[in-house]
Amino acid sequence: MHIVVCIKQVPDSAQIRVHPVTNTIMRQGVPAIVNPYDLFALEEALRLKDSFGGKVTMLCMGPPQAEEALKRCISFGADDAILVTDRAFAGADTLATSYALASAIRQIEKEQAIDLVFTGKQTIDGDTAQVGPGIAKRLSMQLLTYVSRIAELDLANRTITIERRAEGGVQLLKTRTPSLITMLENTNELRFATMPDMIRAARYPVRKWNKDDAGIEDLSKIGLKGSPTVVSKVFGPTPRAVKAEQIPVDKATPRDIAVNLIQAMFTQHPALEQDMLERAPL
Amino acid sequence: MNERFDAIVVGAGPAGNAAAYTMASAGLKVLQIERGEYPGSKNVQGAILYSDALEKIIPDFRDDAPLERHIIEQRMWVLDDESFVGTHFRSDDYNKPPYNRYTIIRAQFDKWFSSKVREAGALLICETTVSELLVDGNRVVGVRCDREGGDIFADVVILADGVNSTLARKAGFHAEISPGNVALAVKEILFMPQEAIEARFNITEDEGVVIEAIGKITDGMMGTGFLYTNKDSLTIGIGCMLADFKGSPNRTSPYAVLERMKKHPAIAPMIAGGEMKEYCAHLIPEGGFYAVPRVFGDGWMIVGDSGGFVNSVHREGSNLAMTTGRLAAETAIAAKEAGKGFGAASLKAYKAALDESFVMKDLHKYRDMPDVFHRNNQFFTTYPELVNRAAKTMITVDGVDKKTKEREIFGDFRQKRSLVGLMGDAFKLWRAFR
Repeated sequence: MHIVVCIKQVPDSAQIRVHPVTNTIMRQGVPAIVNPYDLFALEEALRLKDSFGGKVTMLCMGPPQAEEALKRCISFGADDAILVTDRAFAGADTLATSYALASAIRQIEKEQAIDLVFTGKQTIDGDTAQVGPGIAKRLSMQLLTYVSRIAELDLANRTITIERRAEGGVQLLKTRTPSLITMLENTNELRFATMPDMIRAARYPVRKWNKDDAGIEDLSKIGLKGSPTVVSKVFGPTPRAVKAEQIPVDKATPRDIAVNLIQAMFTQHPALEQDMLERAPL
Repeated sequence: MNERFDAIVVGAGPAGNAAAYTMASAGLKVLQIERGEYPGSKNVQGAILYSDALEKIIPDFRDDAPLERHIIEQRMWVLDDESFVGTHFRSDDYNKPPYNRYTIIRAQFDKWFSSKVREAGALLICETTVSELLVDGNRVVGVRCDREGGDIFADVVILADGVNSTLARKAGFHAEISPGNVALAVKEILFMPQEAIEARFNITEDEGVVIEAIGKITDGMMGTGFLYTNKDSLTIGIGCMLADFKGSPNRTSPYAVLERMKKHPAIAPMIAGGEMKEYCAHLIPEGGFYAVPRVFGDGWMIVGDSGGFVNSVHREGSNLAMTTGRLAAETAIAAKEAGKGFGAASLKAYKAALDESFVMKDLHKYRDMPDVFHRNNQFFTTYPELVNRAAKTMITVDGVDKKTKEREIFGDFRQKRSLVGLMGDAFKLWRAFR
């Protein structure tokens, strides 16, 4: 079995700040991390490898320093890592990125047939959730988004059964492989890397592919040229207008505090009180 | 795991990086293990970089190290509640390269230093805690990490795991650190436009100012405050002995001392409008000469904060860390070349090199200093007040003749501190500084 997991290196958005004067994003000194959603995809792929054997190949498009993100994935137990990196890719939006990654996956396929492609649900810096579906479309793969569990994988008959979170419930879907899965967050817990894997990762020679290695045929479809998206303005969110209400707890018993809190909530939201009364077992 | 290393360095601070870099550059097979997410993620310092110590390790560090400003002016302030008396030393000599001291931001500097270590060929593993040393008889033979397959073996282990050095304690190499031997320092980095900093401190691009302050800001505790200019931020911090925080009659907390310092009328205008970017706290080993433990044994050496190598009088630490790291590395390199093993008999050369260097000479010179200051908190309370009052009396023009003013000042001193006390304090200081 061969699984390709696509990841992105992103700035740790928890540590990003907006410049107080210019309103631009200050990236200086902000650590780069593996997009957290992608780690759920990685873990799911590693679990399949644990059950069925085979190989997990990591794929990333980005600047040379994204090598670190791929090495990190190796430390968890991925087998191989490829960084698609070329100045020609700079400025890519989701359309151009999915074109480039799909092209790279075709090259990987030439080395070894692929059963599954995993991506995270979305990235924390772009938040579009478009690249995974874009790759699936270009590769004519079955697309399974927001997957919460893999129920069954039948390698012999080339079928996969999964659960996916949908509005109002969980869908149980069965389809054929190869398929592309975008994995939902908090659906598994990433393993703790072993020391030998940490050492292997620190030494791992990540393969670097330029646009030719990645098999790019149409240069007008990559980088800034291939990106119809235009960022017209960047601005920080406006602070909420409603201030939090403070409930003094001086010398109050826990019971008083609870009663005051609930009353304050009901005063703000009368519908909530009504709803609670209707549901309350009498 | 069968793989063996020549050396394992525990920790990726200045001491660990200096050791790993020096050994890897000499061709040794080095594994460096860091507990933090990345090198620098857990490291805290004022931070002033002293060129000399780093130059001896990476001579051309100025080419690409992330340096903020070179220091051209040093201010020493003695503060009471409303005022300060101070000396400023500014010299154009400090404006001629190669510069002697720089302000740095450790998160960035450590990342750079670590990249040099890896370029030199050392293998760095982060997010991994060394839980104990592997010992065979008396001999340290490797480390045990908190990961599956975490036992790793090496000829020599260099402990650069910082002030708490849990490893050395566990192995019995040194005793539990005592609150009387460590300072607790807190600091903030305040973001501010570059032009504002340059106007407020009378400096131009790349020039920097250092302010060291003692006095009533520490609320009677033994400690010092500091304020450094970075490129587009100010670092402000204060540290006092942990034992003093513990025994503080006002139950003063570290952040309260810092807040108080920030509100001091001499300091508040300099930091006005600054936006806090970073807040950190750290322990500093300030026990000095007598607190330095045994620094080597069969298969191990201790460097940096783990060994208590801090000159608290001159606020030097990272340069001692880098120097001890380098000297330990040079000892390991020589031991490998000599082929006589890494037993205590080989590694005692490290202690000899330390004794020969400024590290132990300086610590020895000030060996009684921590004790003198700790036993005599008048240096941090009474004297700052008296000195400031004296300056005010002398400088205020109010029709009183100067002779009377002198008498008034002398009377002030006599009233606060007996003649014997004054003489005694002077003697103690002379002895401690001698």
